[in-house]
Amino acid sequence: MSTVRIPPVLRENTGNSRAVEVTGSTVTEALDDLFAKHPALRDRVTEDGQLSGFINVYVNDRDVRYREGLASAVGPDDTIILLPAMAGGGR
Amino acid sequence: MTHDHPTAFREVNAAEAVALARDGYRVIDVREQNEWDAGHVAGATLLPLADVAQRIAEVEPDRDARILLHCAVGARSGRAAGWLTQLGYTNVASLKGPIGQWKEQGGTWEEPLQLLSPTQQRRYARQVLIPEIGQEGQRTLLDAKVLLIGAGGLGSPIALYLAASGVGTIGLVDDDVVDESNLQRQVLHGVDRIGMRKVDSAELTLRGLNPETNVVKHVERLAADNVERLIALYDVIVDGTDNFDTRYVLNDAAVKLRKPVVHGSIYRWDGQITTFVPFDGPCYRCMYPTQPPAELAPACSVAGVLGVLPGIVGLLQANEVFKLILGVGETLAGRLLMFDAMGTTFDEVRIWRDPACPTCGEGAVATAHDIQQPAAAGIG
Repeated sequence: MSTVRIPPVLRENTGNSRAVEVTGSTVTEALDDLFAKHPALRDRVTEDGQLSGFINVYVNDRDVRYREGLASAVGPDDTIILLPAMAGGGR
Repeated sequence: MTHDHPTAFREVNAAEAVALARDGYRVIDVREQNEWDAGHVAGATLLPLADVAQRIAEVEPDRDARILLHCAVGARSGRAAGWLTQLGYTNVASLKGPIGQWKEQGGTWEEPLQLLSPTQQRRYARQVLIPEIGQEGQRTLLDAKVLLIGAGGLGSPIALYLAASGVGTIGLVDDDVVDESNLQRQVLHGVDRIGMRKVDSAELTLRGLNPETNVVKHVERLAADNVERLIALYDVIVDGTDNFDTRYVLNDAAVKLRKPVVHGSIYRWDGQITTFVPFDGPCYRCMYPTQPPAELAPACSVAGVLGVLPGIVGLLQANEVFKLILGVGETLAGRLLMFDAMGTTFDEVRIWRDPACPTCGEGAVATAHDIQQPAAAGIG
């Protein structure tokens, strides 16, 4: 099982879970498992089957955009980080 | 080169030494560099005792030159004088007695350049002790100009610590007024400031903390039509804005003017920090090419934010500012640091320059180069 970290703005789609355990040997498979568990996430993270441009996906500390994208390999002890841009500065 | 019967050197007192120097004797200081740095005879040459035998022929090739050696009390210069005599130097004098007497006798003396005033030496004493800072680093901080976009949650702790530790000029861009709901985290302001412009409240607080701080107030919102004017005069820009439009506008101008931007953002229990150094690392558009929909980017006023979070994230940003100014350490350029207050954990991911970035990618660099050409020609 690998772990997907759920960013704060998406936690309302996971019943407030901050991390979800998933199976899959690629990012696509891992995300499919995540979406099976939390269906509302699919439309937040992907657009027409592709990653949304405003969400970065990291396997451990590596951005999958600079690897093989959604086909990037995921190991059982890896952590997948979903990272949408945050803007708050606290006016 | 040793003479069979070397001529003895002379030991002279301070009054005689001053007279010899006035008469044209070449003064050679055989103390160490640190002693020299604390003050030395005007026009003297530094040649530490350990280097005398090896380097004297290079420093003074003429064996008949008139040489006056001195150290702190006369012991080292006496030894050096003995060696010079053995090496064939015929006209060597050594000052015997404390160097303080040289000054009392009216000998010329150069004090080191005072980088800090006595008040500054006292105020910044704990910081000056740090080897990577010292008096020179503190002077650099005092001469530095940092622009904070926003005098709110992130801007508050950043401004307080930059001012306290002697960053000389702090510019604040904010057109907002203090609201009661700000006070839970915006520690620049207090209840007596409600309704006051944030930049005015900030100025009062910062002046109280450090009267020396030059607070420059920009009562406006950062936008495409003022961003270049605002950032042009500053060394480091700190982004504590609350919306994506402003962050992209700031990013594009900062890349164009090659200003480093220290980025912080906060949401409820989570914070992100990184440093964008144009062309040395990725820019904001490399990291987030596309703006998220509004519902995924709520402001603090909608989403809420833990009071200490901007304190923690802001001080990590301030830490980046210090390193950028001083040119020491490793900044967060190319790394995004994520803080989770709920679990008290830090995570870090690597961020990369995107070769296709519309702001700092290969195509954009060529454009920036073209734009810079006429300006450079104009200066020449």
